[in-house]
Amino acid sequence: MDHSPTHTTGRRELQMARSMCWHCQSEVSGEYFCERCVKVQPVSKEADYFTCLGFPRRLTIDLQKLEAKFYELSRAFHPDFYQTKSETEQAISLSNAATLNTAYRTLRDPIQRAEYLLAIEAGAVKEIRSSPPADLFEEILELQETLEEFRASDQSSDSGHRLRTQLQQEQHTLEQRKREMETQLERLFVEWDALQDRGEATSESRAERDRLLKHMREILSNRTYVKNIVNDLVATIG
Amino acid sequence: MTRIVGIDLGTTNSLVAYMKGGVPTVIPGREGRAMVPSVVAMTDNGLIVGDSAKEHLTRNPARTVYSVKRFMGKGLADVQSELAYFPYSLTEQGGVIRIKLGEKSYSPPQISAMILKELKQRAEAHLGESITKAVITVPAYFNDSQRQATKDAGMIAGLEVVRIINEPTAASLAYGLQEKTQGTIAVYDLGGGTFDISILKLKDGIFEVLATNGDTHLGGDDLDRRVADLMLSDIRTAFGIDLHAYPDHMQAVRLEAERAKIRLSDSQKTEVVIDLPDAIGRFSRELTRDQLESLTADIIERTLAPCRFALKDAGLAPAGIDEVVLVGGSTRMPLVRQRVQALFGKQPHCHLNPDEVVALGAAVQADILTGGTTDMLLLDVTPLSLGIETMGGVMSSLIRRNTTIPASAKEMFTTYVDGQTGVDIHILQGERELAKDNRSLARFRLKVPPLPAGVPRIEVTFLIDANGILNVKASDMRTGQSQSIEVKPSYGLSDNEVERMIEDSFKFAQEDVGARKLIEARLDAGALIATTEKSLAEGGTLISEKDAADVRHALSALNAAKEGHDPKVIRARMAELEQAAKPLSVAMLDDSLKRSLQGKKVSEVTKGR
Repeated sequence: MDHSPTHTTGRRELQMARSMCWHCQSEVSGEYFCERCVKVQPVSKEADYFTCLGFPRRLTIDLQKLEAKFYELSRAFHPDFYQTKSETEQAISLSNAATLNTAYRTLRDPIQRAEYLLAIEAGAVKEIRSSPPADLFEEILELQETLEEFRASDQSSDSGHRLRTQLQQEQHTLEQRKREMETQLERLFVEWDALQDRGEATSESRAERDRLLKHMREILSNRTYVKNIVNDLVATIG
Repeated sequence: MTRIVGIDLGTTNSLVAYMKGGVPTVIPGREGRAMVPSVVAMTDNGLIVGDSAKEHLTRNPARTVYSVKRFMGKGLADVQSELAYFPYSLTEQGGVIRIKLGEKSYSPPQISAMILKELKQRAEAHLGESITKAVITVPAYFNDSQRQATKDAGMIAGLEVVRIINEPTAASLAYGLQEKTQGTIAVYDLGGGTFDISILKLKDGIFEVLATNGDTHLGGDDLDRRVADLMLSDIRTAFGIDLHAYPDHMQAVRLEAERAKIRLSDSQKTEVVIDLPDAIGRFSRELTRDQLESLTADIIERTLAPCRFALKDAGLAPAGIDEVVLVGGSTRMPLVRQRVQALFGKQPHCHLNPDEVVALGAAVQADILTGGTTDMLLLDVTPLSLGIETMGGVMSSLIRRNTTIPASAKEMFTTYVDGQTGVDIHILQGERELAKDNRSLARFRLKVPPLPAGVPRIEVTFLIDANGILNVKASDMRTGQSQSIEVKPSYGLSDNEVERMIEDSFKFAQEDVGARKLIEARLDAGALIATTEKSLAEGGTLISEKDAADVRHALSALNAAKEGHDPKVIRARMAELEQAAKPLSVAMLDDSLKRSLQGKKVSEVTKGR
């Protein structure tokens, strides 16, 4: 990762294409406020959410630090503090605050964070599975049948009760699987971060990078699949 | 720096507040009351607002509007179920309800503007300066149309609405300023017409809303209705008369139901009394707190589901809430407090004045916007998911509920047919799967250059600003050109209409001031005549025949002036009557003093000296 920003806390600094202050035309290089005229600068459209919040592109994030940074930047950008400023500044404040809020919401949640990282690293949108993952195939197929049976049954009858209990057990099993996937993801997060920290540019490290991304994508799409099945299940059995 | 006032535009009562040396303070009216009843009456002499309009509720119910907030941003179909309860007649035009008062029809924003004007004048009189800017509060669960309607009301009243802020979050600002608490709080706000629950995290001056939920059709009005229905059925049983045929008595019943409910917050039982029409007599019955509670328990229960949803969205269990803050007059009911305590497992915080705290919070927010308060910042959320209708009538969500605002989402649009020149977009708000089950906000047509299908790329940005109001922008990704979008609101006034209403409001402002002075003079004259006549009847024998004749003469002169249209003449006749009645009041004072001394020994009288 040659263009990932270095993590500097306490300073509002971004590394991106150099540009000019919209107001005094002096050079600004990613700072949120022009050093000369102190006017607020628009967050670059190219800046990713990690950069926007001044965090390195890592998957393990200290949520307390993230919140502190979010609060700090909210104080810098929120439209409440631009009511008496020019129209341009108000527009920048509004758009910056909206970007900041999206960035924070995305990075705060580990799943969204990983999906976002995949999108910016591998450039693909998140894929939605239409068939069950291989290791769950039998289980899911069976579950679908039980679900059909339950829907068709008299739900207050004995067999209805039996099916409901069966489905509830299935729900627990699937939720357990979802948790396992999340634990697996966490391990990959650590591996990813370690690889980034080493910062090697060898062909092995590139292969390792691709392997990690692929693995994460797989787990994420399996997890989404299981999550949807569970939601469906909960909606049916109430 | 222009001053910004904070306004709580309530269903039942409204207030205006400002920041006085770092302390939010409500502005009282002439009689010292801070609350202005949100009532507007159309009298023969013009419009009146507030306490004096409230008197018209029973006198002239068809032309006296109350609870207009329930109609903001709504169409007639939205309120169909409760039309029977309102004595004034409602119609609809262009998706907006119109209220008929005399010959003219008014939109809810226009009626609200009259209340806002009253508050504006009150603030101007108190502060001795012109007021042009305000922060106005709305229920957190208000949708885009309802917020826009509130903003329109401000504009019509000649106020720039610099910010629309949610009522429970406003309350949290006032609470936070006073209590300096850190931690997670729940604000339970049960007002006259709406219910809101907001869960906030307070940390280092940041007020971050985690989740909001509510019901914009649940409030004190509904509780009153239950009591009123009980009274009406009792009256039907006992007297064989249906008061629905008597709009003025219906209002009397409604007001008595409200008063009884309020009394039962402090006592275990009370007497409800209604004078019946056509000299049938008087209805009275005892109402106990237990009875009130069993009449209204299900309504209060309905506030608990939104509380649970909000907790779930915030990812919290009830035990995760450090403090529950009660807002809104209805939270004075002991049953409400019990239910809230049972749900959250802790005694709610009741040290704030639930009637005033929202206006006070609006004043704090106003101070933040003017740069006075710099250490506090409110990060609010949008209460409802925003999306667009997609193929098959399904809503595709773009901005989820409880997303921190400002919030934006971008969506790329293209064409399905070669040469297609427009794409119709339908914006929705709500949590349901199908478009038709959600609230339609607006429709617009995206202009597209005629190209082969799939080639045009138009990016539309949906931005919810800090007011919770939607802004839409579109730009052609191929040319980089942005296009202006004319959004047609589904339930709102068009810009032209608002413009015209502002003009109308200015045109009538001059007449209004004249009419207002006349009404006030007449009201004051009426009061003076009544008290003088009473004095004359009681103490007329205490003064000389000539003095009595002078009083009678001045009385009839004032009566004549009261029928005229010049407030100055009325005021002059009033002064003359007061002058003429002086011997009478002196004589009566002497007489009452004499009587109070009778039967007492001189020593007792002088002892106190």
